Amino acid sequence: MQKKNLIKKACMVVFAAAIALSPMQVQAKEAGYTYNYDYWGDVQDSPDLYSVGKVFTSTELGLDVKLKNPQGMFVKDNTIYLCDSGNNRILVIERKSPEKLEVVKIIDSFTGADKTKFNNPTDVAVSENGDIFVADQGNARVLKLDKDLNYIMEFVKPDDNTLDPKLVFQPNKIVIDTAERMYCIATGINKGLVKYESDGTFAGFVGATPVTYNWTDYIWKKFASQAQRAKMESFVPTEYENIFMDREGFIYATTSVKVEDGATKPSSDAVRKLNLMGSNILVQNGDWDVMGDLYVGSGGGYEGPSIFTDITVLDNDVYACLDRNRGRVFGYDDQGNMVFAFGGNGNMDGYFRRPSAIEHVGRELYVVDSLDCSITSFVPTEFGNTVYKAMDTFDEGKYDESGEAWREVMKMNGNYDLAYIGIGRTLLRQKNYKEAMKYFELKYDAQNYSKAFKQYRKQWVEEHIALIVIVLLLLFLVPLSIGKIKKIRYEIDTADYFQKELRKGR
Amino acid sequence: MRIETKKFDNPREKYIDSLKFSLYCMTHPLDGFWDLTHEKRGTLAAANTILFLTVLIRLLKLRYTSFMFMKVYWEELNIFLYIASILFPLALWVVGNWGLTTLFDGKGKLKQVYMATCYALVPYPLIQFPLMIFSNFVTVEEAQFYSVLSSLTLFYAAILVIAAMGQIHEYSAGKNILFTVATLFAMLVMIFILMIFFSMISQGISYFVSLARELMFRL
Repeated sequence: MQKKNLIKKACMVVFAAAIALSPMQVQAKEAGYTYNYDYWGDVQDSPDLYSVGKVFTSTELGLDVKLKNPQGMFVKDNTIYLCDSGNNRILVIERKSPEKLEVVKIIDSFTGADKTKFNNPTDVAVSENGDIFVADQGNARVLKLDKDLNYIMEFVKPDDNTLDPKLVFQPNKIVIDTAERMYCIATGINKGLVKYESDGTFAGFVGATPVTYNWTDYIWKKFASQAQRAKMESFVPTEYENIFMDREGFIYATTSVKVEDGATKPSSDAVRKLNLMGSNILVQNGDWDVMGDLYVGSGGGYEGPSIFTDITVLDNDVYACLDRNRGRVFGYDDQGNMVFAFGGNGNMDGYFRRPSAIEHVGRELYVVDSLDCSITSFVPTEFGNTVYKAMDTFDEGKYDESGEAWREVMKMNGNYDLAYIGIGRTLLRQKNYKEAMKYFELKYDAQNYSKAFKQYRKQWVEEHIALIVIVLLLLFLVPLSIGKIKKIRYEIDTADYFQKELRKGR
Repeated sequence: MRIETKKFDNPREKYIDSLKFSLYCMTHPLDGFWDLTHEKRGTLAAANTILFLTVLIRLLKLRYTSFMFMKVYWEELNIFLYIASILFPLALWVVGNWGLTTLFDGKGKLKQVYMATCYALVPYPLIQFPLMIFSNFVTVEEAQFYSVLSSLTLFYAAILVIAAMGQIHEYSAGKNILFTVATLFAMLVMIFILMIFFSMISQGISYFVSLARELMFRL
């Protein structure tokens, strides 16, 4: 007993000393806010790529009527359009800086139509010439207003035979392309995105998600009776969660396998990049699929895969996905490598309770929380800026600079796989193949390693061609000459002359 | 080709000869494995050497195969478990095969089954070692060569094992295949029994441990 106490005391002393001697640790942010996955799928803590600029609630924005269940957000240049769905209005917010947002206009009605008020607007989009599109969900229409809020036209339920006539059109999320064609996600329509021409005519469905089902369910269904089958869920394509149009006109769409459906596996089809034909052209060359968290077991009161409720694509093709299940933001580059993952559920700054929309201004990220009724601005940290700089300079072809930047990134975070591969890629461009191979090998990048190795091998062969020829010749000549010598020796040994001599001697 | 049976006075010479004989077994499985036991061409020492080489090559492969083909998560690697991953199935195979075939007039003894199985493993070190070096000189596009050759090695070894068993037990082809399958089942049964055995033992031990603990608390 005494011994046990002694150990306990010793432990306490050590513990106290550790706390006293590590003021840094206390000051530092909670561990694991920003992280990344390595090749093995292990979580590697990372320095923050983004830090909270400011959290804007109704008070900070100076609103008389408090925000209520904000759902959608759209950014044009420096102006943020926020759908205050619960109050049936749209806020036009001027972004002065990440620490300063200013409400410039509150749109709650317009002129020129029968119903001039919104009813639960869920999303807003603004075209290049300033026309405002509003997904007016409660009124079953998508409105098109000009910049002075005059009614231009509305998009209604598509005239399509395959749709249930009783279905109420509930537009949820919308995007506008440069020709003012409108793509819309509507609740209850799982045939893909509803596409409208700029004159408001329905132009078909685009990019339906492929049907997925469990094979066990499939077998059960084979054996089930008609009545049982009717009660079972039918295999239907999942609806899209949200859409975003990048600067090149590609639509990024997120799908979700909902936790309520008993999903335990993350969907590898969580993010889709749709071209004009509606097919998925998202590049997934990363170590892991674009699907958010890899570990989806229950923990901290949450379980199931990440549900990307919104997505935004920065101008360097890095896209940030907002997970409403665990309240996290996941960033991926154009090759599908994870750039960052941060956030979590909670009440602190930088954590969310029910995030609903994400947008970007430049490299800053803005996240709307529908339960907290707040906008959180995220500003790239030094680390984040260095990562972006390394990517940008590489794309511009400034490989020396890019290599320098990646080295700096590596100094700040030695567990950042992209840094190693980035250095490797710049070395590859600088024709320093041997060094490049070393970096690729460290992070198990077989594709790039092969590229470097192929060149290195070629170079080596060209330099050592004389040596190779000599070795090859030797390989042929030595056994040949040995055989020859043996043969001669044998012939001498068995020559008639000597045989005779031997016989004579006997 | 018929190899005449030689008498060796020097055990060292005999060992070298029996080791060389493994190459003959590899290329002439039926003839070779017959002579292995019936003409006493094989030795246990050579069998042990081959097994040792097999394990050694398997360990070397971890480190020296190109990372393209073998990505090792060193943090989780237990070298003893890795070695056991060869030795344990081998032991199960040998014991299972011997146990079954003795009941069904197989002529091989336990020692001979072990020896023949080890001799049948020869392709593994012989092909995998150069392949391991070769793997460092290929790119992703040429990876197929490696994977095909690598899987061929295992296939070759498996064929040799089956051939060897047929010869040392003096079985016909049909009976041989039947007993190969039966041995695989026997291995499963043994694993099952071992698992039950170990869980029983650990339960038993934990019972006595908790009993002792209870006594210590009360006294």
